[in-house]
Amino acid sequence: MQLTSNSIVRSAAKITVFAIAMLWSSLTVFAGGGEAHGEDEGFKPGEMIMHHISDGHQIHIIGSIYIPLPVILIHDGHVDIFSSSNFWDGFDSHGELKFKPYTASSGTTYENHHEIIHIVGGHSHEHGDAHNVTPVAYASVDSSAVVTAPVDSLMVMSAPVIEDAHAEHVKPLDFSITKNVAGMFLALILMVIIFRSIANSYKRRPGQAPTGLQNAIEPFILFIKDEVAVPSIGKKKAHKYVPFLLTVFFFIWISNLLGLIPFIGGLNVTGTLSITLVLAAFVFIITTVSGNKHYWGHILWPPGVPLPIKFILVPIEFVSIFQKPIVLMVRLTANITAGHIIILAFVSLVLLFGQNNAVAGYGVGVGAVLFMVFMFFIELLVAFLQAYVFTLLAALYFGDANVEHHHDDEHH
Amino acid sequence: MEGLLSVSVGTVFWASISFLIVFFLLYKMAWTPILQSLKDREEGISNALNEAERARKEMAKLQAGNEDLLRQARDERDNILKDAKAIADKMRAEALAKTQADADRMLAAARAEIENQKKAAITELKNSVATLSVDIAEKLVREKLTDAEKQKALNQSMAADFSAN
Repeated sequence: MQLTSNSIVRSAAKITVFAIAMLWSSLTVFAGGGEAHGEDEGFKPGEMIMHHISDGHQIHIIGSIYIPLPVILIHDGHVDIFSSSNFWDGFDSHGELKFKPYTASSGTTYENHHEIIHIVGGHSHEHGDAHNVTPVAYASVDSSAVVTAPVDSLMVMSAPVIEDAHAEHVKPLDFSITKNVAGMFLALILMVIIFRSIANSYKRRPGQAPTGLQNAIEPFILFIKDEVAVPSIGKKKAHKYVPFLLTVFFFIWISNLLGLIPFIGGLNVTGTLSITLVLAAFVFIITTVSGNKHYWGHILWPPGVPLPIKFILVPIEFVSIFQKPIVLMVRLTANITAGHIIILAFVSLVLLFGQNNAVAGYGVGVGAVLFMVFMFFIELLVAFLQAYVFTLLAALYFGDANVEHHHDDEHH
Repeated sequence: MEGLLSVSVGTVFWASISFLIVFFLLYKMAWTPILQSLKDREEGISNALNEAERARKEMAKLQAGNEDLLRQARDERDNILKDAKAIADKMRAEALAKTQADADRMLAAARAEIENQKKAAITELKNSVATLSVDIAEKLVREKLTDAEKQKALNQSMAADFSAN
C-alpha cells in the first residue's frame, strides 16, 4: 500500500517537474518572441501567470472588476489598517490596474509595488520633513556601509524585478488580508460550516445510515481514519491524531478545489509557501512533541549499526527531522502551483497566437481548450491526491514518532 | 517570482492563527461528535453482527435438537410399530392356534358324538335285528306249525317286509 502510493507520488512529481520544465522553456520562447516585436505592448505570459499565482492585495474577478482587501501594516510601532482600493489609480492602456502611493492615518506613505508594500514617505509627526526615511535596520547600526552590502545583494537576489530605487525603501511588516489569506479564510469558514452541519446530522440521527452531505463526506472521514491514520500510526494511538489529519486533509483539499474555480480571483492557497509552511510546521511540532524514546533513539543512536557508520548516520537522521516537513511544504506548493501554471499557460497560448492573428488564436484555442479541460480533470485528481499525500506522509511521520519496537504489529 | 517563493510573515501569522482556531473549533464541534458517532455505529454494527451470529448458531443448535427429537420420535414410532406388529402377529398366531385347537376339539367332539351315535344306532339296529329275528323266528316257527301253504305266504310277506325295511 505504502509502496504503491509512494511510487505514484514519485512518478507524479517527475511528471510535474517535467511539465514545469517544458512550460518554462516554451514560455520563455514566447516571451522572448513577444519582446523582440514590441517591448511595451504585447501580452507577456510570464507576467500574467505570475500575477495570477502570486499573492496580491486585491481579488481580480474579471476584466476591470477588483475586490479590495484590508491592508494591515505595522511599521515603527504604528498599525495602519486601510482598504487596498486606496492604492488603485485607474487602469493603464492594457486594462491593468495602476497603483499610486497612499498616505495612511499614521502619516506614513505606502506604495504597492508588484504587490509588495514599501514605505515611500516617512511620517511627519516623528521624523519631521524626512521624505525618504532611512531604513530602520540601517539606522540602528553605526557601521552602515558594512551591513548594507550583504543585505542589498540579498534583496536583489530574491527580487530581481525590483529596481534599485525600491530596494532602498523599507518594507513594513505586512499583515494584510491578502488574496490567499482571504482564500484560506474562505476554505476554513467553508470547513466549519460543512463539518458543523455534518456533526449535527450525526447528532440528530444517531446510529442511522448517513444521508446527503453527511453521506458524501463520511467515506473520506473513514478513509482518513481507517486507511491513513490506523495503518500508519497503529490502532492504539491513531485516534489522537485523527482530528488533526482530518483538518489538514480537508483544508488542503477544499483549498485546492477553491483554486480551480475560475472567477474567484485565482486563489492559490495551497500553492502559497507561507501557508504550506504553517501546515508543515504543525506536522513538525506534533512529530517532535510526540516522539518517544525509540524514535529519538533511532535518530541519535541508530541501533544495529557499527560505530563509524553512526557518525555518518546520525547527522543524516538529524537533518531528516527537518527535511521531512520541508519536503511536505515544497511538494504541496510546487504541485498546486504547477497545475495553475499549466492551465494558465494554455490560456496564454491562445492569447499569444490571437494577438498576432485572430484565426490562429481561434485555431490554437480549440486545442488549448481541450487541453485545459483535460488539465482541469488532472487538477481535480491532483487536488485530492496532494491532500491525501500530505495527510498520509504526516501520518507516517506521526507513526515513526510513536514507533513501539522493531518487531511490532505494524505492517506496511 | 518573489511573491511566489518568499515567505510572508503576515500570511504565516494569519495561517497559524486561523488554522489553530478552526482546528480547535472543528475538534470541539465536529470531529469529536462525528468520530464518536462513527465509533458508536461501528460498535453497534459489530454488536448486531455478533448478535446475528449468535442467533444463527442458536438456531442451528435448535435445529439440530429438533432433528434429534424428530429422529428419536421416528425411532420410537418404528419401535412401537415393530412391537405392535410383533404383538399382533403373536396374537394372531395365538388366535389361530386357539381356533385350530377349538376346531380340532370340536371336530373331535363331533367325531366322538358321531361315533357314539353310530354305536347307539348300531346297538339299536342290533337290538332291532335281534328282536326282528326273534319275531321272524317266532312267526316262522308258528307257521311251520300250521301248513305249508301258509308257511310259503309268510315267507313272502316277511321278504316284503325286509325289502320295505
